[in-house]
Amino acid sequence: MPSPQLSPPPGQGGAATLAAFADVTASDSTLRRFLHGLPGVDAVGLEARAASLGTRSIKTTAKAYAIDLAISMIDLTTLEGADTPGKVRALAGKAVNPDPTDRTTPRTAAVCVYPDMVEAAKAALGGSGVKVASVATAFPAGRAALDVKLADTRDAVAAGADEIDMVIDRGAFLAGHYLKVYEEIRAVKEASGAARLKVIFETGELSTYDNIRRASWLGMIAGADFIKTSTGKVAVNATPANTLLMLEAVRDFRAQTGVQVGVKPAGGIRSTKDAVKFLVLVNETAGQDWLDNHWFRFGASSLLNDLLMQRQKLATGRYSGPDYVTVD
Amino acid sequence: MASAFDTASAFAYAPAPESRSVVDIAPSYGLFIDGEFTEAAGGKVFKTVSPSTEEVLSEVAQAGAEDVDRAVAAARRAFGKWSALPGAERAKYLFRIARIIQERSRELAVLETLDNGKPIKETRDADLPLVAAHFFYYAGWADKLDHAGYGRDPRPLGVAGQVIPWNFPLLMLAWKIAPALAAGNTVVLKPAETTPLSALFFADICRQAGLPRGVVNILPGYGDAGAALVAHEGVDKVAFTGSTAVGKAIARQVAGTRKKVTLELGGKGANIVFDDAPIDQAVEGIVTGIFFNQGQVCCAGSRLLVQESIQDELLDALKRRLSTMRLGDPLDKNTDIGAINSAEQLARITALADTGEAEGAERWSPECELPSAGYWFAPTLFTGVTQAHTIARDEIFGPVLSVLSFRTPDEAVAKANNSQYGLSAGIWTEKGSRILAVANKLRAGVVWANTFNKFDPTSPFGGYKESGFGREGGRHGLEAYLDV
Repeated sequence: MPSPQLSPPPGQGGAATLAAFADVTASDSTLRRFLHGLPGVDAVGLEARAASLGTRSIKTTAKAYAIDLAISMIDLTTLEGADTPGKVRALAGKAVNPDPTDRTTPRTAAVCVYPDMVEAAKAALGGSGVKVASVATAFPAGRAALDVKLADTRDAVAAGADEIDMVIDRGAFLAGHYLKVYEEIRAVKEASGAARLKVIFETGELSTYDNIRRASWLGMIAGADFIKTSTGKVAVNATPANTLLMLEAVRDFRAQTGVQVGVKPAGGIRSTKDAVKFLVLVNETAGQDWLDNHWFRFGASSLLNDLLMQRQKLATGRYSGPDYVTVD
Repeated sequence: MASAFDTASAFAYAPAPESRSVVDIAPSYGLFIDGEFTEAAGGKVFKTVSPSTEEVLSEVAQAGAEDVDRAVAAARRAFGKWSALPGAERAKYLFRIARIIQERSRELAVLETLDNGKPIKETRDADLPLVAAHFFYYAGWADKLDHAGYGRDPRPLGVAGQVIPWNFPLLMLAWKIAPALAAGNTVVLKPAETTPLSALFFADICRQAGLPRGVVNILPGYGDAGAALVAHEGVDKVAFTGSTAVGKAIARQVAGTRKKVTLELGGKGANIVFDDAPIDQAVEGIVTGIFFNQGQVCCAGSRLLVQESIQDELLDALKRRLSTMRLGDPLDKNTDIGAINSAEQLARITALADTGEAEGAERWSPECELPSAGYWFAPTLFTGVTQAHTIARDEIFGPVLSVLSFRTPDEAVAKANNSQYGLSAGIWTEKGSRILAVANKLRAGVVWANTFNKFDPTSPFGGYKESGFGREGGRHGLEAYLDV
């Protein structure tokens, strides 16, 4: 089944998408009709499919490929009240040089920090090519006025953020005010300028798979460059099933519009085994075009060390242990 | 570049074969009669091959009429004591068998994959867990027969003659033997000639469990042995799973005798997809419905009835999904589609698919390289199929899906029921009231809603019309083995 191979650079697909969905976003009721007209999701079937792909056996060369790919897709994240420039510098060092004993280890895709840490991250990463992603829009709750959220976003961009990870207003979404959510995403997209925009749904709070599918389409027609599961701050974060569902959404969206959107599961992915399962989901759902850190990311912190330990084990044949990877 | 890593290469899964060394297949096997492995009276043997490579796995004794006599006599001798045991004592044996099956499940999964050709993923995750579950389930009934709804102290029938097919060798054995033993019968079972090995390993498990001699007898052989067993004077109950043609012959043969019969025969299951279906899950259900076990499933969803308004969209999604399926070495843990069980079956599938093409249906298969040795058939779709096409009426028993369309729920029901068979059906819709309304009108023994090919020992299974009669599984499955 040939699918369109279009993958316009960020921003380029945006205008056309907005125009294509002008009728849909004309009012709250048209938007609601569109989102509620998307095919339903059978929860049992979705979870069964995710579980069945989880039984794929990825060994030897395939495992080596998957580990390196996963490392290259990590948004190495610190989002704590206790973050300091020193902590961020340490994280940046790790992102650029994940395994000091093996310089062939790929770099991570980005480091992900709060807006006030962007400057420190940018300075530490220099010209390494590792991107700086910043959460914004009153992360993680998103409970602030729109102008506060936009100011938060502009701050991060002004400090040099390459990517903005925004949260949607889950309250508005659950109250059925889809147009409000849509317009907020568009406003943040505009405030982000050239930075790529990741839209976080907090799938654990949206709760149903039908909601996650609707949120995915809402985000994509509003111009998201990435759709992202979670903040990592609630009980249920990325799961194979919700990520599979979002991969179906980006696949279908590209088939319909020609615009490719990335996916970022975040929170709770800690082991190599888990990461490989997510890559299998990508491979067999959205396909190979998404097996690239421009289109798929892991929001994670402890995952990296497990990937590094497994990588060392593949290279040396034995398991090194946690003292042979850096603790940052 | 942010990364030294080249992502241009594809995510190619390296071979991940399950180890063959977990199973030790002997160069030859005998018949299992009265607790002993023994040669066939006529000294005949036949070879069993691995359908994925055509490698000879073992040489097996071939039962004839004389062996059937011996086995039925052994079962008759064992019946008195076995049926007189308190139910709780029979249950102990069944629980023991169930546990041994679990303990040896990896070995049995590999064995079944080798002898049958189905992927290890299926034997490991479907066949073997269900086999153990059936023994556990009926073990639980053995001391509760008073409460099965057939009055106090229902009596067993005696000796059960059971003939099973090659598509789920060990699972069909479990469906037959577990309820028979729980109810207090003794059995003589004939596995299919292309898949005798797991039944012979089961004979070994019976010995391991200390099952009294003669309670279970296994007679590998061909159709003549099956016919002799069914016709034998000493058999009180006949249970058959297989083709409708053989089922009819059996029904004629036992007509007018005291024998109680259950037949589980062919099918041409309709999988009905309404326009408000959960599309992605429906696609998975269609795939499970027709490509599980290479479509060699009597209850396969071999007719896809799709509402015309979503036909193109659904077929696009289905074709895209089929392109990701992995056909090849059944022992590879990532294989989705294994080998066809025999050259004979492959020829039948090929001929019916050719008929579909000759009658004007449009044929499609994903790009897919078939191994040079063994028996293989690519997953195949036929579109533009009408009720008049042979491939819409005849059971193909292979990975071939016939796609038909409908406009209204009434039309869907009419088309689904317009079949000589009535074994299974599926309904895909997000609307609960429609599920209930349509399910009530479908003439099929099992109706799945928003799922397909889901099995559970607690659920009765069986057919309408030419799909057979009697039920296996659940409380209902006990009736076939009780004198009620």
